[in-house]
Amino acid sequence: MNLLEVENLCIWDAGTNETIVHNSSFHVKQGSCLAIVGESGSGKSVTCRSLMRLNKAWIRQSGDIRFKGEDVNLLSAKEMRKKRGKELCMIMQNGMRAFDPSCVVGVHCKETLGAHFDWSKSEMEAKMKRAMESVMLKDPISLLNKYPHQMSGGMLQRMMIALALVFTPDLIIADEPTTALDTISQYEVIEQLLLLRENMGTSMIFISHDLGVVRKIADDVLVMKDGEIIERGPINMVFTEAQHEYTQYLVSTRRALSHHFKKLIGEEL
Amino acid sequence: MGSYMVKRIGIAVPLLIMISFLTFVLINLSPLDPAVVVLQAQDIPEVTEELIAQTNEKLGFNQPFMIRYLHWAASCLQLDFGVSYVTGESVWLTIAPAFLNTLKLTLVSSVFIIVMSILLGVACAMREGKMMDKSVRGIAFFLTAIPSYWLASIMIWYFSVHLDLLPTSGMDSYRSYILPVIVLTISYAGIYFRTVRSSMLNQINEDYVLYGRASGLSEKKITMHILRNSLQVAISIFAMAIPIILGSTVVIENVFAWPGLGRLSVKAILSRDFPIIQAYVLIVAVAFVFFNTISDIINAAMNPKLRKDL
Ligand SMILES: Nc1ncnc2c1ncn2[C@@H]1O[C@H](COP(=O)(O)OP(=O)(O)O)[C@@H](O)[C@H]1O
Ligand SMILES: [Mg+2]
Repeated sequence: MNLLEVENLCIWDAGTNETIVHNSSFHVKQGSCLAIVGESGSGKSVTCRSLMRLNKAWIRQSGDIRFKGEDVNLLSAKEMRKKRGKELCMIMQNGMRAFDPSCVVGVHCKETLGAHFDWSKSEMEAKMKRAMESVMLKDPISLLNKYPHQMSGGMLQRMMIALALVFTPDLIIADEPTTALDTISQYEVIEQLLLLRENMGTSMIFISHDLGVVRKIADDVLVMKDGEIIERGPINMVFTEAQHEYTQYLVSTRRALSHHFKKLIGEEL
Repeated sequence: MGSYMVKRIGIAVPLLIMISFLTFVLINLSPLDPAVVVLQAQDIPEVTEELIAQTNEKLGFNQPFMIRYLHWAASCLQLDFGVSYVTGESVWLTIAPAFLNTLKLTLVSSVFIIVMSILLGVACAMREGKMMDKSVRGIAFFLTAIPSYWLASIMIWYFSVHLDLLPTSGMDSYRSYILPVIVLTISYAGIYFRTVRSSMLNQINEDYVLYGRASGLSEKKITMHILRNSLQVAISIFAMAIPIILGSTVVIENVFAWPGLGRLSVKAILSRDFPIIQAYVLIVAVAFVFFNTISDIINAAMNPKLRKDL
């Protein structure tokens, strides 16, 4: 069964009348992970935000977005808000900027969990504590009292994953969750995302321009270029028999890079 | 936070010493012989060498520069700013009531300026690019382009002379405040609401706003986060605006005949009453340091990241 079905999604800028995404159709199967790859500016983030109706007011969208059989475009603002976080959960690119810099991160957790659940303070703390420990965040209670600038990018990224663990959403949208990190933190975050998929069977949309990471985590791939889907298919097929020359280019540069990288560290990532 | 406050206030002390020294140097850089100035200010018809020598002796002008500065600074600390060259009265007793009057006008205006700036800034930012935003910005642009003395004169003519609703000048009752406060509010709120608006807009585009929305926070909660972060910028600007308004009431005070520091200082400059000018410059500078320190402390209370950097 398909958890999410997108048909003829068009996104345009009403201010300039420029089309950002052309007639895009794709779906996410229950329990699977769809990767969207493509160069910067190709419309990956705008596509993801359109699924949660989070684009700026002047960015308009048309087409069908059916999530669990319901048309997202027809929901009232309140119904949409109830789904955000609890059913559709976003993991942002830059953890450093994803939390209000003038509040401790615990405030974000308390407010967002409080928006969806009627848990008591101690219940909430216990659940956060367990989730944070499972993503290898040590000493959770004191971390919750830290400001974002007192934590590292990787920790904040895992913080978002921990929140996703507590929310147990149907679909996680991770928009380049490792791009802002150094290699070691990247590895840790990917490990946690893999575990999350394994343990909860959550469906996921995973955006990246790193094909190496995509290969580890995704079942299916979409390749986007200039707002269009130019290639789609199961992950292995895209790697072995890419049709479009842009995809072939991505795969070959990935090979060259990973060859170089393997020589550097002497093992496969 | 406590240690931040101690450190921040600690910085203000050397700053105040420097300011007092600079004030003293600048006023004493004047090419005029102070004794001659004193005698002229007192309308002595014939300034003789003998009189100059006497005056120098009496007022200590022939002592070395540093001694005179230390002497002056020590007396300033006891609120003794010397005596006016013109009236011979204590500078403090002359300046304190005027300072109080100016401070009243400044604080009342500042409250209106800050409230108006925040209301307009937030309203415009929430409706970026819509009619309301565009028209408020257009009107503000027009109003702030009008010189305040001209605006003040027009208002006096219309409300006080033509309609006879409000007093033309002086400081008799709360009604005397209405026109000067309106003029100051128009001049400054028209500028500062833009600051509030643009810092709101900067915050609206921050990732934490998107993440908050994506996690299902209500618009009310999101707005509180945006306000909290954008007001940080605005608060330091407002705290600095208060001494700026204090220093620039000169024009308004002269138009409305407000018995304040601005009028006093203009009179003092015209009659070369150095002790008064010196005290005026010092008081305005100290007000700057005072409000600047307050703004930093408020900011640090709101933004934990700043506390580390000191
Ligand atoms: N807020 C916005 N206003 C106008 N245009 C936007 C906005 N956000 C994105 N776009 C446009 O949409 C296009 C795709 O952007 P994006 O989805 O962020 O690309 P990426 O694939 O790197 O995530 C860009 O060309 C950009 O010009
Ligand atoms: Mg992007």
